[in-house]
Amino acid sequence: MHLAQLNVARPRASMDDPQMANFKAALDPVNLLADAAPGFVWRLRDGFGGDATTIRLAGGEIMVNLSVWDSRDALWNFAYRSPHMEYLRRRREWFHQLVEPYQVMWWVPVGHRPTVAEAEDRLKTVRSEGPGPAAFTFRNFYPMEILTT
Amino acid sequence: MLADPVRRDLYEYVADAGHEVGRAEAADAVGVARTLAAFHLDKLVDAGLLDVAHRRLTGRSGPGAGRPAKVYRVAAREHLASVPPRDYRGLAMLLAEAVEAAGAEEALKAAARRLPADPREPVVVLAERGYRPYRDGGVIRCRNCPFHALSAQFPVLVCAMNYELIEALLGGDARARVRLDPLPGECCVVVEVSKN
Repeated sequence: MHLAQLNVARPRASMDDPQMANFKAALDPVNLLADAAPGFVWRLRDGFGGDATTIRLAGGEIMVNLSVWDSRDALWNFAYRSPHMEYLRRRREWFHQLVEPYQVMWWVPVGHRPTVAEAEDRLKTVRSEGPGPAAFTFRNFYPMEILTT
Repeated sequence: MLADPVRRDLYEYVADAGHEVGRAEAADAVGVARTLAAFHLDKLVDAGLLDVAHRRLTGRSGPGAGRPAKVYRVAAREHLASVPPRDYRGLAMLLAEAVEAAGAEEALKAAARRLPADPREPVVVLAERGYRPYRDGGVIRCRNCPFHALSAQFPVLVCAMNYELIEALLGGDARARVRLDPLPGECCVVVEVSKN
């Protein structure tokens, strides 16, 4: 099994606004970093470039980041133990803080490419029911063994 | 356990080494006989402060390679000692959860920024706060995250706070530039120190 993750964010301005310039400039280098990270499997792209910034939820307000990794540690080390962290530190420059859970993970069969609709369903699950084996977070993680045994 | 100066030196040496340390290396580093070093290293293992493994240090294998030697590294487990009992970690977890729920991330960073600057050398300042700094080319990295248990649960919150905290502490040093560049298993902060 592989690990799929969705995280969502509400930008403070439209992508061509100067307020978003530093975020925009970081997209390509950070995406390249992800693609080369150990354990990276796949990430959603919108077909307009190397990223997914034109794919929106909730009537265009919410940006999505959807990817697949071969383990928890692979995703953790990319997200929090790489130069990506410097951008997470600065996330409030570009994104509002959401009061609801903004990220969710779930296990998928090897080769599966999750759709945005599927990912959104998982986020709804974690928001309405809290973390469980079908939709969980780093802080309430459900190892694959729980599903397969 | 660490009251004995030889034992403390051995622990500090292994903690700062950044690799598994054999008995001979540890003994040479702190200037004691191997048998004494071995005695104290094993006491530190018994106390759970160091982990031990067996390795062939020569790189040879098969018959004639000799017995595997004991090598030591800092235990992954944490030890908190407090008399009478206090649970600051449990409290910190609850506070972190509250900060996230309240959307008060910026308030936490601002509080860290208000810490007074320490005018001494960055390495001294970091070492005193338990970061275990070491030089890596032109930068200072740290082997230890003093907030490890918390940063494993709230990575962005804690690393963002840690960045502000270190920047505030080193604020008096115009040559020191702080940025986040975490490596697996190490502190998230890197300090660039310019020569002039």
